[in-house]
Amino acid sequence: MTWIFGSTKGSADNKIEAAMSELVPEPRQKPAVPMKPVGINSNLLGYIGIDTIIEQMRKKTMKTGFDFNIMVVGQSGLGKSTLVNTLFKSQVSRKSSGWNREEKIPKTVEIKAIGHVIEEGGVKMKLTVIDTPGFGDQINNENCWEPIEKYINEQYEKFLKEEVNIARKKRIPDTRVHCCLYFISPTGHSLRPLDLEFMKHLSKVVNIIPVIAKADTMTLEEKTEFKQRVRKELEVNGIEFYPQKEFDEDLEDKTENDKIRQESMPFAVVGSDKEYQVNGKRILGRKTPWGVIEVENLNHCEFALLRDFVIRTHLQDLKEVTHNIHYETYRAKRLNDNGGLPPVTAETEENHESNL
Amino acid sequence: MSTGLRYKSKLVNPEEKQDHEKQYVGFATLPNQVHRKSVKKGFDFTLMVAERISQTVEILKHTVDIEEKGVKLKLTIVDTPGFGDAVNNTECWKPITDYIDQQFEQYFRDESGLNRKNIQDNRVHCCLYFISPFGHGLRPVDVEFMKALHEKVNIVPLIAKADCLIPSEIRKLKERIREEIDKFGIKVYQFPDCDSDEDEEFKQQDRELKESAPFAVIGSNTVVEAKGQRVRGRLYPWGIVEVENQAHCDFVKLRNMLIRTHMHDLKDVTCDVHYENYRAQCIQQMTSKLTQDNRIESPIPILPLPTPDAETEKLIKMKDEELRRMQEMLQKMQQQMQDQ
Repeated sequence: MTWIFGSTKGSADNKIEAAMSELVPEPRQKPAVPMKPVGINSNLLGYIGIDTIIEQMRKKTMKTGFDFNIMVVGQSGLGKSTLVNTLFKSQVSRKSSGWNREEKIPKTVEIKAIGHVIEEGGVKMKLTVIDTPGFGDQINNENCWEPIEKYINEQYEKFLKEEVNIARKKRIPDTRVHCCLYFISPTGHSLRPLDLEFMKHLSKVVNIIPVIAKADTMTLEEKTEFKQRVRKELEVNGIEFYPQKEFDEDLEDKTENDKIRQESMPFAVVGSDKEYQVNGKRILGRKTPWGVIEVENLNHCEFALLRDFVIRTHLQDLKEVTHNIHYETYRAKRLNDNGGLPPVTAETEENHESNL
Repeated sequence: MSTGLRYKSKLVNPEEKQDHEKQYVGFATLPNQVHRKSVKKGFDFTLMVAERISQTVEILKHTVDIEEKGVKLKLTIVDTPGFGDAVNNTECWKPITDYIDQQFEQYFRDESGLNRKNIQDNRVHCCLYFISPFGHGLRPVDVEFMKALHEKVNIVPLIAKADCLIPSEIRKLKERIREEIDKFGIKVYQFPDCDSDEDEEFKQQDRELKESAPFAVIGSNTVVEAKGQRVRGRLYPWGIVEVENQAHCDFVKLRNMLIRTHMHDLKDVTCDVHYENYRAQCIQQMTSKLTQDNRIESPIPILPLPTPDAETEKLIKMKDEELRRMQEMLQKMQQQMQDQ
């Protein structure tokens, strides 16, 4: 019995998400025609091999890698940079890229994008973290979300221009914001007017995932109450955060996402880039005079839930919703504005800062 | 009350505390801080807290009469919900400065009136300003607020919700805040230097107090069980924060400072500095108005000069002080005569 095509893992995988897990590709010959192993009682004619598309896609993704652009928004000091570093277990935030940690609050909202390539299990991810220093930090914060909305739309515009080109690139570089983490200050009372304003405006153009920052400031009861209150306020204000109800594809999606929307979100998180020894294990945490807060301990905070949600289960979906819904909405609007004609591409593109 | 009188109390020796310690707030030490004669009349102390919660700034007053070991305290807490929470917080401190000015104005009027025996002192003696522990230092709102108020009230800046910070973060934040307070020229309440004849323990405590500012505090209304004892604290999955444990936060330092050692100084500085500033400004405005209107009558029976210069102002202030002291003495003598 010979295997011509790949390893056991290949044909068993059904989800694209597995491409992101730790599979070590074994060196293999280029398959000729995928064949099921010939054995006693097998019916060779019955198997077509459509399911191998998954494996083909996986291989392609591994070769080309993929883009993921995550934006973080919130007042200064809420731990945005630390959280992003903790999420991707690397120093990927603006603050780690040589920016002065003690720099002053800028007078207007700035948009700073830093790119890194992270590799895991043979898969390359070009991660771009978009920071928004200055948001919500002034005395008068009216319309401080406008530069952010403008940036997001500019990325859609860039993509659109590439799409309508006559000679299009095989793979259009994707700088569109796939996910926006909005950091809620853990006051324990309610959302601030600015939180509501921002999310109302931006939930229509980008996937917003609200997180409660520095959750180690609340006891369990306070956390539960606060989360309930925040969920209620978001609902009352008609704010559709990701995963949006209207985009649930089927019952399975709906059930899974309902649970996340109604119970887990907003995730109350704690970030840390320091390791401590607890019970013989090295864990990421914060050491206080009264105990060690373990970042990945679900009894302490919901960081692990956020990480799994954003990276291990919904990463691809975040990109798809961005492309199929937010981008399409933008595109439709642009085409309508232009009388159904594609926009004229005249300017040259700006480039992201990138570590590639 | 003159500034010449220095507080002479010490912190209560920990060994002397007993079971009733938990209810012991400590303002009974106030008598040690002033002349005995004033004790029987009771004290007024007004505390203002500036914190950020909801949407428009309100001023809420809560008054409470407390008595401890025969000393009566009328404590007024002025809360300012809504401060700094709107999208546009331009001049959100105006309701607060207005309130403080109103109290000064009221006192000014009472002082100039005929019946000065029972003036109620509603002036704000202390303003606790809560700085968010989530920032990297002072925020623009913090700076603007403190600059608008530092010449009207004693500002005691605090780092709120300090249990979300680890010790190294608290140290850094305190340093940063101290630097920024200097940089922006904010005049927060300064602890007066203790006398050279105080004992070493007291001087040490005084030093520690000064070095700990701004105090990093945690508050709790719940009692939890920690190491077999019932303490005020916060229960987390990773441990229990004890409010009165000095290794956990500076709450005890704040309480001691506010109530046990510096309550009288806070009142003194309010009277002698902030109120006097207000009064001088007020009078200057009135006199400049006088020269404009050319009117002779005025509610205050002083200042014949149209444009008082610095020398004359000083003289007038001195005379005023003398007058007031004489009035007080007269009152006390009258009281004594009545009591006999």
